[in-house]
Amino acid sequence: MGGAGGAIETMELTRMQTEETSDQAKIRELDAFIQSLGLDGRDAAGRRAVLIQILHRAQGLFGWLPEEVQKHISAKLDLHVSEVYGVVSFYHFFKTKPSGRHVIDFCTGTACFVRGIGKVIEQVEAQTGTKLGETSGDGRFTLGSLRCVGACSLAPVLQVDGKTYGRVTPEQVEAILAEYK
Amino acid sequence: MPLVNIIIDGVKTQVSSDSTILDAARKVNINIPTLCHLELHNKETVNRVASCRICVVEVEGRRNLAPACSTKVQNGMVIRTHSPRVIKSRRVLMQLLLSNHPKDCLNCYASGNCDLQTLSNDMHTDSNRFEGAHSDFMVETSSESIVRDLNKCIRCRRCETACNDMQTVGVLSGVGRGFDMVVGPAFHAPLEKTQCVFCGQCVKVCPTGALMGKSHVEEVWNAINDPEKVVVVQTAPAVRAALGEEFGMEPGKCVTGRMVTGLRRLGFNHVFDTNFAADLTIVEEATEFIHRLKHGGRLPMLTSCCPAWVKFFEHQFQDLLDVPSTCKSPHEMFGAITKTYWAEKMKIDPAKIVVVSIMPCLSKKYEASRKELSSSGHQDVDYVLSTRELGRMLREAGVDFQSLPDGEFDNPLGFSSGGADIFAVSGGVCEAALRMAAEVISGKELDSVDFEEVRGTKGLRHAHVEIAGMEVNVAIACGLGHARRLLEEVRAGKSHYHLIEIMACPGGCICGGGQPFVDSREEIEVMKKRAQAIYAEDAGKEIRSSHKNPYIQELYKEFLGEAYGEKAHKLLHTGYTSREKL
Amino acid sequence: MTKLATGVAFAEFADAVKAAEATAPKTRIFVGMSTCGVASGAGPVYDAIAAELAASGNPAIEVVRAGCVGLCYAEPTVEVQVPGRPVVTLGGVTPARGRELVKELAVAAEPAKPLSVGDAIFKKQLRIALRNCGRIDPEKIEDYIRNGGYVQLAKILDGMKPEEVIATVKASGLRGRGGAGFTTGLKWEYARAAAAAPKYIVCNADEGDPGAFMDRSVLEGDPHSVLEAMTVAGYAIGARYGYIYCRAEYPLAVKRLEVAIAQSRALGLLGENILGSGFAFDLEIKLGAGAFVCGEETALIHSIEGKRGEPTVKPPFPAESGLWGKSTTVNNVETLACIQPILEKGAAWFKAIGTPKCAGTKVFALAGDVKNVGLAEVPMGTTIREVLEEIGGGSRDGRPLKAVQTGGPSGGCIPAEKFDTPIEYDTLGALGSIMGSGGLIVMGQKTSMVKIAHYYMEFSCDESCGKCTPCRVGNRRLYEILERILAGKGKPEDLPKLEELGNVIKDTALCGLGQTSPNPVLSTLRWFRSEYEDCIKNGGVKPPVYTVNDKCIGCRACAKACPVQCIEGALKKKHVIDQSKCIHCGACETKCRFGAIDSE
Repeated sequence: MGGAGGAIETMELTRMQTEETSDQAKIRELDAFIQSLGLDGRDAAGRRAVLIQILHRAQGLFGWLPEEVQKHISAKLDLHVSEVYGVVSFYHFFKTKPSGRHVIDFCTGTACFVRGIGKVIEQVEAQTGTKLGETSGDGRFTLGSLRCVGACSLAPVLQVDGKTYGRVTPEQVEAILAEYK
Repeated sequence: MPLVNIIIDGVKTQVSSDSTILDAARKVNINIPTLCHLELHNKETVNRVASCRICVVEVEGRRNLAPACSTKVQNGMVIRTHSPRVIKSRRVLMQLLLSNHPKDCLNCYASGNCDLQTLSNDMHTDSNRFEGAHSDFMVETSSESIVRDLNKCIRCRRCETACNDMQTVGVLSGVGRGFDMVVGPAFHAPLEKTQCVFCGQCVKVCPTGALMGKSHVEEVWNAINDPEKVVVVQTAPAVRAALGEEFGMEPGKCVTGRMVTGLRRLGFNHVFDTNFAADLTIVEEATEFIHRLKHGGRLPMLTSCCPAWVKFFEHQFQDLLDVPSTCKSPHEMFGAITKTYWAEKMKIDPAKIVVVSIMPCLSKKYEASRKELSSSGHQDVDYVLSTRELGRMLREAGVDFQSLPDGEFDNPLGFSSGGADIFAVSGGVCEAALRMAAEVISGKELDSVDFEEVRGTKGLRHAHVEIAGMEVNVAIACGLGHARRLLEEVRAGKSHYHLIEIMACPGGCICGGGQPFVDSREEIEVMKKRAQAIYAEDAGKEIRSSHKNPYIQELYKEFLGEAYGEKAHKLLHTGYTSREKL
Repeated sequence: MTKLATGVAFAEFADAVKAAEATAPKTRIFVGMSTCGVASGAGPVYDAIAAELAASGNPAIEVVRAGCVGLCYAEPTVEVQVPGRPVVTLGGVTPARGRELVKELAVAAEPAKPLSVGDAIFKKQLRIALRNCGRIDPEKIEDYIRNGGYVQLAKILDGMKPEEVIATVKASGLRGRGGAGFTTGLKWEYARAAAAAPKYIVCNADEGDPGAFMDRSVLEGDPHSVLEAMTVAGYAIGARYGYIYCRAEYPLAVKRLEVAIAQSRALGLLGENILGSGFAFDLEIKLGAGAFVCGEETALIHSIEGKRGEPTVKPPFPAESGLWGKSTTVNNVETLACIQPILEKGAAWFKAIGTPKCAGTKVFALAGDVKNVGLAEVPMGTTIREVLEEIGGGSRDGRPLKAVQTGGPSGGCIPAEKFDTPIEYDTLGALGSIMGSGGLIVMGQKTSMVKIAHYYMEFSCDESCGKCTPCRVGNRRLYEILERILAGKGKPEDLPKLEELGNVIKDTALCGLGQTSPNPVLSTLRWFRSEYEDCIKNGGVKPPVYTVNDKCIGCRACAKACPVQCIEGALKKKHVIDQSKCIHCGACETKCRFGAIDSE
């Protein structure tokens, strides 16, 4: 009995350790990127000018922008954390919550609106039991929206993990979701 | 600047070409209403975000209405400040602001001091015209000093400007966007968890009740009414120069005697003076300064009586924790002495003593809660009330303040020198320290104790003082933005000062975050009047140097022993902690 | 690539590029590989063609990853340029068709089955900004140079005065294509006159209007035209540094810009001492992060500075005080794309196109209920009808169109009866709309105008920066009133309230976007008031009524899809919908593959 529990605990511990090290590696990579920007001797305005660029990079590495990462960036740039957060919270591209394994983004451009993206969203929400902007309980899907992706001829459009699906009907939703476990 | 000719509401006038329409209108006594606009300290701090749009006016030939606060005049401009188009727009804008504002003025701490309320009364507009979503924030009460009710926030950003531009504390930023945009700390953290120093400048500039001082009136009433407790009150030097304003008196009138009587009427058992402890602070601090001078200690030495300033460097200059004096602030020293020396003398169990501080400050509330400030074996200070809260208590108790007879502080903790009075103004602590240091170092009495060179209202000042042939460089900063500049010099090893006095609030404690509210346009004038009142108090004192206060001398003789000695260290000095930047 | 140190070296390089083409002309197959092309499957088509070419070993045919020709409805598209013959466009190309095409071209001079409608669409068009899109490989600087690229820059650096460049641009009558239509030459003149250095030039590539994608097409299909124009602008106004502020949603555009910048630097067309002229200019890309408001120039500037993209009051205009308080000129992508042709063909040539007040062409992005979704570049003064019907091919269901929204969320809805209006900045303004960036969202008879207004207000609320009261709270209230009306809780007095509030927002909002944000509500109220009144009277938008038309083949698909089994009809017989049971869900219409369900 104790053995099984112990094994699970060990697995959990290993998982945490690997996560830890992978986070540290990401921080190191982020630091190397910041280093490459050559910020020495720059004034606050000069350091601020690369903030959004660094946030993009950090989100690319972590998938989102955890508080600790925002604090780290603020320390690196010697800007107040409130300022960094103010910027992060202003731009919709920056995510302050981790995403599920798969991210479904709906295009909310006008063409997609006119061509019925609303019904597709309803269908996906119903099938995943998740509201737009949230992550499903099992961590499988995060539902988000994108401003016009410019693929208006394919309207209505949704993207799963960056792959575009065009002329989507509510009936197709089940099959699309089934592609992503 | 060249002059331009303009016509406002039919009035022809000439104004400088760098004026805004708002400036020009004020010059001809036309009041254009404003909410977000803020100019402080001769425009050293300006909030010109032009976001509320209440000040819009009609400019002939312009397509849309112009915000008067941020539109420069041009030659030949014809401006109408209350045309039907303007009035209609302003009303709609006010209706919009009110549509997302709780209409519970009767419960609001800011009622009577609220720009939004005043303006809304003037317009007498339908506050329920637009229905819809409301902001829905929890009222944030994490700190001992400041309460944030963002449901009342009108997004004028004045607090943000005060926090970032004036104070460089950097806690507040615009957060989010659209209807949900609001001003707050990173990650919506409670203020308690941030690098907020509780200077209360944000509270002073907030045009509504979104930012308020936290009230401890109830706790103090309870203590007063508890027969088991001995409630001791102390009053900060700056309170007496402004309390009268709470009762409609002109700024610049010291009301020390009436304040003492008023406090007795409220039921405080003993009415003492923080000034007494200010003298004590000087003896300790000047001795520490002389010690550092003589023994190659860390210089410059920075004063440490402002808790907002102390918290500021604990967060933002963690590498400089050894620079400030280790002296506790006067009211904390007072608490420690009251619960030891005075308790022994009076044979009162210190556990039964409740020390209440009346302060011009909101940060003192937080300071009183700092766990390490309990060298007496009890929390040195129990409650802190701001000047505004005292005014409220007196009004609630029906005290007719203006007609009160003068009273006298109780002794031994009620007597003070002129050096203590000037703690209230920027430069005062430095001057009081110099009064003592000069005499101790030179061994001679000063001809004049007035160090005029360290006085003034400017945010950053410096002076050279000669003491016994030694050149002493002093600097004075009020406002944390100015303080930061001095600290960066220290950090860079470029500071040539020996002594630096820092007060978090522009003007010093007389304009603290707990003082009676003042129209921002009159701030500088009021600051000057309050300062004059303080200097008059000082000049009127027989004893003007702290170390000559006979009660202080008795305190050392009977109880503390040597200044800056072992017992003094235990009771009157403290240390600093490095704190997270957030 | 070697750096071209002088103007002469550049001329030799350009000549060599052209000579190579003249001696060995090639048949080129352009595969439209912009974002929507790739999303429609252009990648496998390209691969198939390339594989077939490799297998055939035919050196006279070349396949090119090109940008977008704008025929979005027909993606994936392929264009074939046989030397000496007009370009032929193919639509809906599959990998198999691609392989076939290579075989055909080996024996025939023209491919079979060209897109018939392509010609009609192109006839009305005049491609200036889009001149190279789809016709060059955007990742090859030689392709751009072969089409006359960088020749104008070289010429200018060879002795033209900045003032002369500005005079030419001014004389051309070019106006900003980003929205407000300010005269570009004048903007440059102000910037030139601004005192202190440094100065900056910024390309606004933050194309945020939903349904507008012309800037993306230029960036993806012809990035060098933007780089050359920015360098020219830098020379004209005295700026040594530029920024391209591009949406993060356009990764392909960013990649192609990066490639283009690297190539220009390598050839010495960017950097120190360009072509030995002593003039230095360089630029970098700044990524947006998902904020529509950053299309407003002061907000865009704050965003480049690394701040929240909140607009500030103008004046001061960026030309006077922009990036870090320095003089900054902000031009939009399409505007910049017109610079090279103006310099090449002269101000008079450009001025003669379009109308006296609005010279040149405008690119429109057609989307919505229109047959031919895509990009169209037409001379200013072309009527709305010509664009929608002749190029757009009219509505999908063949019925008359109802309205068109121009200018995105800042624009207004123009009703069909005004479709004969020639398109100009002022004429659209008079109709309560704006030119904006050129998005044309077409609405058919089924579209509820109240819903359209509601959609745009939702967008404006979502994208409001929240700084000023009228936009932050006012737009929210507009949106909520519309929501109540749609939910059947509207009151007659809501309509004057909408108008009053909308007009106050127009009159008092801080930035251009705020000031125009009520346009969709105000314009639909102006032209389609009865729809609002009906909505209030009927307790909401009337649900669509579905009927079966004669196209029905009786396949039973709709009957099976109907959740309430209200569709009757035998197999292979026309079906009937029982209106008393219908719940108006639209499942039948979605399911039907024959267009046999009408909705009203």
